Amino acid sequence: MAEVQTAWTAQEAAEVIRAAAAAGEALELVGQGTKRGFGRPVAADTVLDLSGLAGIVRYEPEELVLTLKPGTPMAEVDALLAEGGQMLAFEPPDLGPLFGQPTGQGTIGGAILCGRGGPRRLSAGAPRDHCLGVKAVNGLGDAYAGGGRVVKNVTGFDLPKLIAGSFGTLGAVTELTVKVLPAPETSVTLRLEGLSVEAAVTAMAEAMGTPAQVSAAAFLPAELSAGASQTLLRLEGFGPSVAARAAHLRATLAGQPFAADLGPEETRAVWKTVADAAPFANAGAVLWRLSVPPSHGPLGARLAARLGGRYLLDWAGGGIWLELPPAPDAHAGVVRSALHAAVGHDGHATLVRAPEGARAAVDPFDGAGSPLETLTARVKAQFDPGGVLNPGRMYAGA
Amino acid sequence: MRMPAPDGRTIARRGELVTALRKIVPGEGVKADDAELAAYECDALTAYRQKPLIVVLPETVEQVSQVLAYCHREGVKVVPRGAGTSLSGGALPLADGIVLGMAKFNRVLEVDYGNRVAVVQPGVTNLAVTQAVAGRGFYYAPDPSSQIACTVGGNIAENSGGVHCLKYGMTSNNLLGVEMVLMDGTILRLGGKHLDAPGLDLMGVVCGSEGLLGVVTEATVRILRAPETQRALLIGFPSVEQAGATVAAVIAAGVIPAAMEMMDRAAIHAAEAFVHAGYPLDVEALLIAELDGPEAEVAHLIAVVEAIATKHGCASVRASADEAERLRFWAGRKAAFPAVGRISPDYFCMDGTIPRNRLPEVLNRMQAMSAEFGLRVANVFHAGDGNLHPLILYDADKPGELERAEAFGAAILELCVEVGGVLTGEHGVGIEKRDLMEVQFGPEDLAQQQRLKCAFDESGLLNPGKVFPTLCRCAEYGRVHVKGGQFRFPELERF
Repeated sequence: MAEVQTAWTAQEAAEVIRAAAAAGEALELVGQGTKRGFGRPVAADTVLDLSGLAGIVRYEPEELVLTLKPGTPMAEVDALLAEGGQMLAFEPPDLGPLFGQPTGQGTIGGAILCGRGGPRRLSAGAPRDHCLGVKAVNGLGDAYAGGGRVVKNVTGFDLPKLIAGSFGTLGAVTELTVKVLPAPETSVTLRLEGLSVEAAVTAMAEAMGTPAQVSAAAFLPAELSAGASQTLLRLEGFGPSVAARAAHLRATLAGQPFAADLGPEETRAVWKTVADAAPFANAGAVLWRLSVPPSHGPLGARLAARLGGRYLLDWAGGGIWLELPPAPDAHAGVVRSALHAAVGHDGHATLVRAPEGARAAVDPFDGAGSPLETLTARVKAQFDPGGVLNPGRMYAGA
Repeated sequence: MRMPAPDGRTIARRGELVTALRKIVPGEGVKADDAELAAYECDALTAYRQKPLIVVLPETVEQVSQVLAYCHREGVKVVPRGAGTSLSGGALPLADGIVLGMAKFNRVLEVDYGNRVAVVQPGVTNLAVTQAVAGRGFYYAPDPSSQIACTVGGNIAENSGGVHCLKYGMTSNNLLGVEMVLMDGTILRLGGKHLDAPGLDLMGVVCGSEGLLGVVTEATVRILRAPETQRALLIGFPSVEQAGATVAAVIAAGVIPAAMEMMDRAAIHAAEAFVHAGYPLDVEALLIAELDGPEAEVAHLIAVVEAIATKHGCASVRASADEAERLRFWAGRKAAFPAVGRISPDYFCMDGTIPRNRLPEVLNRMQAMSAEFGLRVANVFHAGDGNLHPLILYDADKPGELERAEAFGAAILELCVEVGGVLTGEHGVGIEKRDLMEVQFGPEDLAQQQRLKCAFDESGLLNPGKVFPTLCRCAEYGRVHVKGGQFRFPELERF
């Protein structure tokens, strides 16, 4: 059992890190730990618990910015923003249940540092696009800040983008400033029923190419939707606009098998299911997430058929969730070679969940062994020369 | 403007370097004639000029890689350049360095409508991307005002914005992938036609790195279907406070307009005298709010914004009835810089961002500074995102005015930081704001940024003297760290 040290302030975090650096020891940084199973297992004797670094620092709805501590629970962030009629536009998924955790336990720090956007990532960007400012402590125990607390800023290197999605390997984050946007007044989901995966991907591409501003597009194959496959297209915004765009989309896709629309409540529920990959919250199986050009979405269906698994498509086909039966290498060889044979350098596969042995044996993140990993290791060394912060979480050598 | 001390040995080796570079880039691709070099002596920040040692114009990624590897081996500095439209001096040459011009990388390589992306070479102009896809009703969203001339590569280096970036994002938010070359010649791909990085978001820091981290040789950008309708509102206000309150109320109502531009009295008068856009001259502030989307949405939002403006006591409000009128509303704003150029021999265009709620205070203090420095100032403002462009009017032929204008500009940017803002919203740091970086960032913050530079370019040969007020000391960073706010090298040379 690893020793746990708790930091309640940025200064305490810096002290723990400085001491670990001096002793040549590694730390595993955690918030609520809901996504601890994501990435490679960290070999550390000590856990640095940062969940106590919590709370809202400053919320300025009219400036579209929110500054807060990374341990602030997502539930608190969502409630605060709902009061102000705003949202985090990247639609952070709740990935905890994929790792056997209860729903709704994550923190804003975890949401930003895992770098994952939900269905609206397709139209509104990822955490990196909404992370404006960051304060962190590097692996030497030195505090640094990057970015700012205004929505438009190009002063110096854009460290907040690098920190978003860095899984705690470049710093113990002690404060974040995020961009917040107005929540849509209303929403509707148009449904096409019974399409093949190929037809669905074509229909989604057509919808995305209209001026209807589709904010999210997903495909649930028949085995996930009790009977007929579902192709889902979400529209959000002001009432008159949503109505006009829905009519436009129906006209453009005339002849498609439209089923009854989903209203705002059902829309919220179905897109949460897609965001959280809820059908795969079964901790036993291996879970991959592939990012490809949307037209390559059917690759998910082919791999699922070949390996005896299940899949769903988000991001108009560009985001493939792929659940596979357990295997010693988590099927990494088959998945990655099929992916790169299909898309070349235009895509990657991330092993989101697997038994610990497989997570240590295969690289969860693409790029290992390439010039990309070399550069990543050099970047890591400049933030954390002693390998104190979550060493090996992303790549064995970084 | 102080730059790193030129290396006399490199300058003495010019002939030898030209011969070696011609072996890599044959023919006209290596320029060494004085007259030809003069064309590269400055970018759009024309107050600072320096003839480069040599200009190299490669045509292939292999040539870029070989040129950089050669310069890396020989210890020769390299300044990358797109179209040279930087307003912050990002492409200012060095006396002992080559300029690596990317103008010949001018082809649109692929448009993939199914996946809504375009793959282009970095020397393609910003507007040419939109022109390549407009026939199918698509466009490329970032639209810096220099878009007919500036290149995609330059946009990536500067993370360029434009008037529509409140709603559609900056270059970084519309960039999906790059092929780039590091200073040691390594060719790398980051991103592609898909979303998100496999590991660290290195493209996120490459974009906006002002030519300090690598040279981009190909870009994959997102293209969007053009909105059905665009309409603009032209709103005059008796005070800056009322205009600012209107902008805040529009956003509080959940409306993110495609663009929201504000001009102060001086800018309104200069623009109106130049293009006769029909702007009201008896107001203190003018707001142009553009709404885009389906007809039904635009009609709805025009009414919402109009009601908010009226409630906040606007002096006049007019909605564009047709496309010609919308373009007329914009004509004055788009001509604001040349309009100011007409009433003053020279001007500096500043670029800070502030929290919007501090706008009236910032403008009032700027007026006081204007009196203090004895120089006029006109303001145009991307009001939606708080990005301020004060134009400082001066005459370089009058002794001391350039220095006074520089001091006035520095005071404005320090004010932006003091109220919680930043030194630059979209023009970049370059050399212009380099020595002000310590106003916004502490020594630890700058040290961490410079360490990142070391990961990409340990030699420090790529665009040195830009962005940071001191050179990177990559070897030392490995051993020491900043303590108690004091950098360990107080004797470090400043430019």
